Amino acid sequence: MSLPILEIAGITKKFGGLTALADVSFAIEAGCIFGLIGPNGAGKTTLFNVLTGLYPHDGGRFTFCGQQLQHLTPDRIAQLGIARTFQNIRLFANLSAIENVMIGRHLRTKAGVWGAITRNAATRLEEAQIQARAHELLTFVGLDARANDVARHLSYGDQRRLEIARALATDPKILALDEPAAGMNATEKHALRALLESIRRQGITILLIEHDVKLVMGLCDRIAVLEYGKKIAEGIPAEVQKNPKVIEAYLGVAPPQVTA
Amino acid sequence: MNLSATLLGWHKNPKLFWPGVIMIAIALIALPFVLAMQGTAWVRIANFAILYVLLSLGLNIVVGFAGLLDLGYIAFYAVGAYVYALLASPQFGLHLPFWVILPIGALVACIFGVLLGAPTLKLRGDYLAIVTLGFGEIVRIFMNNLSEPINITNGPNGITTIDAIKIGSVNFGNDTRIGDFVLSGTIKYYFFLLVVMLVVIVINRRLQNSRIGRAWEAIREDEMAARAMGINTTRIKLLAFAMGASFGGIAGGMFASIQGFISPESFVLNESVMVLAMVVLGGMGNIPGVVVGAVLLAFVPEILRYTVAPVQMAIFGKMWIEPEVLRMLLFGFAMVVMMLFRPAGLLPSAIRKREFTKE
Repeated sequence: MSLPILEIAGITKKFGGLTALADVSFAIEAGCIFGLIGPNGAGKTTLFNVLTGLYPHDGGRFTFCGQQLQHLTPDRIAQLGIARTFQNIRLFANLSAIENVMIGRHLRTKAGVWGAITRNAATRLEEAQIQARAHELLTFVGLDARANDVARHLSYGDQRRLEIARALATDPKILALDEPAAGMNATEKHALRALLESIRRQGITILLIEHDVKLVMGLCDRIAVLEYGKKIAEGIPAEVQKNPKVIEAYLGVAPPQVTA
Repeated sequence: MNLSATLLGWHKNPKLFWPGVIMIAIALIALPFVLAMQGTAWVRIANFAILYVLLSLGLNIVVGFAGLLDLGYIAFYAVGAYVYALLASPQFGLHLPFWVILPIGALVACIFGVLLGAPTLKLRGDYLAIVTLGFGEIVRIFMNNLSEPINITNGPNGITTIDAIKIGSVNFGNDTRIGDFVLSGTIKYYFFLLVVMLVVIVINRRLQNSRIGRAWEAIREDEMAARAMGINTTRIKLLAFAMGASFGGIAGGMFASIQGFISPESFVLNESVMVLAMVVLGGMGNIPGVVVGAVLLAFVPEILRYTVAPVQMAIFGKMWIEPEVLRMLLFGFAMVVMMLFRPAGLLPSAIRKREFTKE
């Protein structure tokens, strides 16, 4: 097994008396698609939020590319190479699609106030590169025709794909997607799957929260299952699917034991 | 395309662009001479209108671009004015040239901007408004009381005989004679302010369409998403406060030199509210809108002041409503009408318009 790109070790998060995450550990190998599943309220999004620095965690550690992520602000974490999307879509809703992606380039560009005011050669070149890269990414997710449309006028599926393009604009090593297929129809899900596979082909590791079992099972190399903040199973899709604990978590009853 | 769209979109039409620019240039150059025929007071009003435009453009960076509600903006105007006054008056016997003082004023105001910004980074909306309002009052009260134990600001008496701006041998405080032609100091200031205003407009425009401008838009739209996209919101917000404050400081310095006298009374809360009203009326985040808002709110009250009394006398033979009363009445009425019919401002930015349209 190659060195993991992200190691999650004993992560605990408490909200007052509620333990949202209890000693969650798993490791993600570089270049794979890692699925994170579990019933509603299992703590999947909370794990994303503590990973990306939106909340501090109460115990455990994240090791990303050999470096510990401790007390880092979200912008620092994004800079290190973890980009994310949001379950409840948080685009810059009143800006155009292309502007959304251009903002994603903020992190990897430098022009400051002086460059903006003087509009010198370096700044103009950088602006042109930002534009070109944004168009490239919109084309990649299949939205270039809608580049100048206001984000909130896009369809639900398009908004999800725009969020992926915006996250990709930050040149991430890991792309953390929070339910990207939510609200998509079958055709859109199919396209999403192809998109995620081509993102993986570019060498970007994907951490995926998803409820669509078919999508997760078909796409992920490895899956971890959370329930009530605890990891109850981990493994390749075929194993996880058969795990009685997982079935119980999803269906609420233990399957009848088959006696030989 | 209807007429108003043609008129508002003239700068996008290649056939209209240069004729439009030339017409505006001629109008702006001719304006002070036309106004001077009505009396120098009107040129002074035009100068103050430009000062308000500068202030509105500065506040627009904070409120319009970055979406941070600032009710104490006039404090930076005060800081700029006092820096100018202290460095170019008999108060300390210093008489530095304006091109040294204005940058210092901008810098000091910028530092105050950061000082205000730093503790308020986590605040938004109403809470931010209250803290900034307090900050504005603190600065004014300081200016009012910094006469003891060491007399710095001369307290409520203010600072008098502040130097006028001088460029070479041309003193902006006096008239200049060119043959038979007299160029009054007020008109010279008008052109000076006009140049500064154009520079500030260009700077604002460039800031808006830059990487920094986009980051401001991002934090205004969704701060959490902006952070997740790698924008250092602390730095970007402080930058908005600092840039806005610098423009306020420059405007303040020019105010001190034009007026020749400043006291804390010029920097009351009402002025902050006025500048904010200009930004909101014109259209937050849209530079032409903000300019229109500032010019309207600076001119209309003065026009009323000069017309209300004579018109009433002519019609009724006596004065029914004092101009001052009518001004506030119209002001309130205009605000209500605006909020009902054009909540995003007279010339809203495309983005603001979207925010106010429901679907």
